[in-house]
Amino acid sequence: MKKIKYITAFLILTIAAFILSSCDESKSQEVQEVITAKLTQAPHVPPPITRDYPAKVKIELEVLELVGKLSDGVEYTFWTFGGEVPGSFIRVREGDEVEFHLHNHPSSKLPHNIDLHAVTGPGGGAEASFTTPGHTSVFNFKVLNPGLYVYHCATAPVGLHIANGMYGLILVEPKEGLPPVDREYYVMQSEFYTEGKYGEEGYQPFSMEKALEENPDYVVFNGSVGSMVGDKALRAKVGEKVRLFVGNGGPNLVSSFHVIGEIFDVVYQEGGTTRNQKNVQTTLVPAGGSAIVEFQVDVPGEFILVDHSIFRAFNKGAIGKIAVTGPEDEIIFSHKTADELYSGNKKDFGSIDPTTGTYRDNNTKENYVPQFANEASEQDYSSLTPPANNESKSENSSSTNDDLAKMGKQLYQSTCSACHMMDGSGMANVFPPIKDSDWIKKNGKAGMIAAVANGMNGEITVNGKKYNNVMPPQQLTDTQMAAVLTYVYKEINKSNETVTVEDVKKYKNSNALTRK
Amino acid sequence: MKKLIKISIAIIFFAQLLVANKPGFQNQEMSIIPAGIYTPLYVDDTTDQSVKVESFLIDKYPVTNEQFLEFVKKNPKWKRSNVTKLFADQNYLMHWESDEKLGQQVNPKSPVINISWFAAKAYAEFHGKRLPTVAEWELAAMADENHADGYKNDKYISRIISWYSKPNSESLPPVGSVFKNYYGVHDMHGLVWEWTRDFFNALVTGESRASNGINRNLFCGNGSVGTTDFTNYPAFMRFAFRSSLKANYTTRNLGFRCAMDLK
Repeated sequence: MKKIKYITAFLILTIAAFILSSCDESKSQEVQEVITAKLTQAPHVPPPITRDYPAKVKIELEVLELVGKLSDGVEYTFWTFGGEVPGSFIRVREGDEVEFHLHNHPSSKLPHNIDLHAVTGPGGGAEASFTTPGHTSVFNFKVLNPGLYVYHCATAPVGLHIANGMYGLILVEPKEGLPPVDREYYVMQSEFYTEGKYGEEGYQPFSMEKALEENPDYVVFNGSVGSMVGDKALRAKVGEKVRLFVGNGGPNLVSSFHVIGEIFDVVYQEGGTTRNQKNVQTTLVPAGGSAIVEFQVDVPGEFILVDHSIFRAFNKGAIGKIAVTGPEDEIIFSHKTADELYSGNKKDFGSIDPTTGTYRDNNTKENYVPQFANEASEQDYSSLTPPANNESKSENSSSTNDDLAKMGKQLYQSTCSACHMMDGSGMANVFPPIKDSDWIKKNGKAGMIAAVANGMNGEITVNGKKYNNVMPPQQLTDTQMAAVLTYVYKEINKSNETVTVEDVKKYKNSNALTRK
Repeated sequence: MKKLIKISIAIIFFAQLLVANKPGFQNQEMSIIPAGIYTPLYVDDTTDQSVKVESFLIDKYPVTNEQFLEFVKKNPKWKRSNVTKLFADQNYLMHWESDEKLGQQVNPKSPVINISWFAAKAYAEFHGKRLPTVAEWELAAMADENHADGYKNDKYISRIISWYSKPNSESLPPVGSVFKNYYGVHDMHGLVWEWTRDFFNALVTGESRASNGINRNLFCGNGSVGTTDFTNYPAFMRFAFRSSLKANYTTRNLGFRCAMDLK
């Protein structure tokens, strides 16, 4: 009896000692922690991994077949990893041991599986994860290679499963992690092959014919047309570093990924781990492949993501947006500072003097009027306004009456004559005349200025005839407006009226119009 | 009792045969499918693997909930609460209200689902029939409304794909609601998947990016290697589905119908 007690005590002590000693061990490369991975839906990415040691990571992904929106009024049956296209974003660390659970929802009609390009093993896990509806498959793998990998369904017919939306990205972070950035986003391009044409409303079945011809009606980012525009645009603030994890699910097309108005400071080509390209405009993303791009946003505005096979962008849906907010930097980008008239006259350009072979600068900068110039700095035209005590002379302040008349005429011809005709007679039943018009007599300068500045629409009656059309607001400076309206009075209506810059200032924001 | 059943089965069986040998035969329950050639989807490129299918009988409709309920009442060991996991997983007949009650949610005339291969086989044998082979089922399924070889028509293929592409509906329509094919057989496509006797004959083994005889599977690569007709997507999907099953599995969209020899 005593013997037994001794033995037990001894055993307990040894076990305790053993436990204590194993607790002492610092974090070695032994996998000891079990973590359930948090997955995210596009465009979001799980947070960077802060561990400096590998872990056992449990991943649960559910396959769901569902009817969803491909475009406004267009429905399609998507087969999904996680209920959305593209599939949930998975983030693990090099050396992690993954226990993968693939659930196929009981409502599914078909069996599915998953081939993760991050897996080293037959089929990337395809066979191990082959799952009938209402079942779950579990398999394990170790992520040996860091990088950004595509995963997709690989059940026959593979093309169909991918065409219906079964793809996503898994990021295997390198041991040392990725350099910190301010924002990370998940963008995945793919095509859809529908019986109906682009935008044809209603439920659209899959078209095998178009898929075999590799001729999609839809090329989209993140599973549908308009997934990243409007209030769903990606966001960033001036000065931030943005990292995009870009994938291409295919099934067929290669993407020429480009952000309009940005240059990729760094590209990890094809989703590898080398920051192997700097200052890239457009990067190729293969079908079943990826790329990581990083760029700093320096100025505010909307930056458009496209597949630069450009008809895909503007006619098939491959458009997304990054909305950048923050202070302007006029040095990096000024917006339009001038809108000059250009007559097409050759003398505006420099030319080579045939006798000497040297370059001649013929540029005469006529009629330079700043488009968004500060109103206070607008030069005065002595003929139209009393001289001001403003002696600040800009390079083009030597405008004369002649200059103004010329400007008025050119503006009229380039801006107004398309609708109102060269002689101001308008177009029967479509655009009202502005020559001998009772509307002008009735509404006067104030009405004219308000109409030009703010546009008009709705029904109006001119000289007894009804017109119902739209006049857009005209983007003109006060000076330009004064010049062109003076031209309308003097040249078209042969009257002595003139419109001054002051008139324009006075009436352009008024509700002078009796009718909209 | 057993003897009685056996005798009655034999009588039914011979009666069937007598009628069946008349040309144009169609009885209440079954249609005759004339002998034909079926080329399996997965074949070895080096040898001709076409299968000659002898003429046989097949049920005009999938087995319904009420028919299966009848069977369960007569064969208590196939009640939900009596079946062992070995013969049917825990979802067996889960849509029924109880062991012997369908309940409000279930249409008695709809195809029975959540059925294991063992249960389907037992039902067929109880009625003196058997499950159709893959080759028989596929041969009968080639027909559209007006042609024995309807599957050669792209439109027919598209119709089938669009059914496969849609998720399961909440409640199944009754049998006979899809279409009646050239042989007078209803609902071969568009209602439920159906068990076959040798559903595992294109068993998935190994990785398919290399083709080596039977040891190939349905994953990446097989669309180009070892298939007789790579545009026959519906057949791909059926084989993929069959390959994902085990005999005790039951799923929400899998039913069955019976067949008989004509010898």
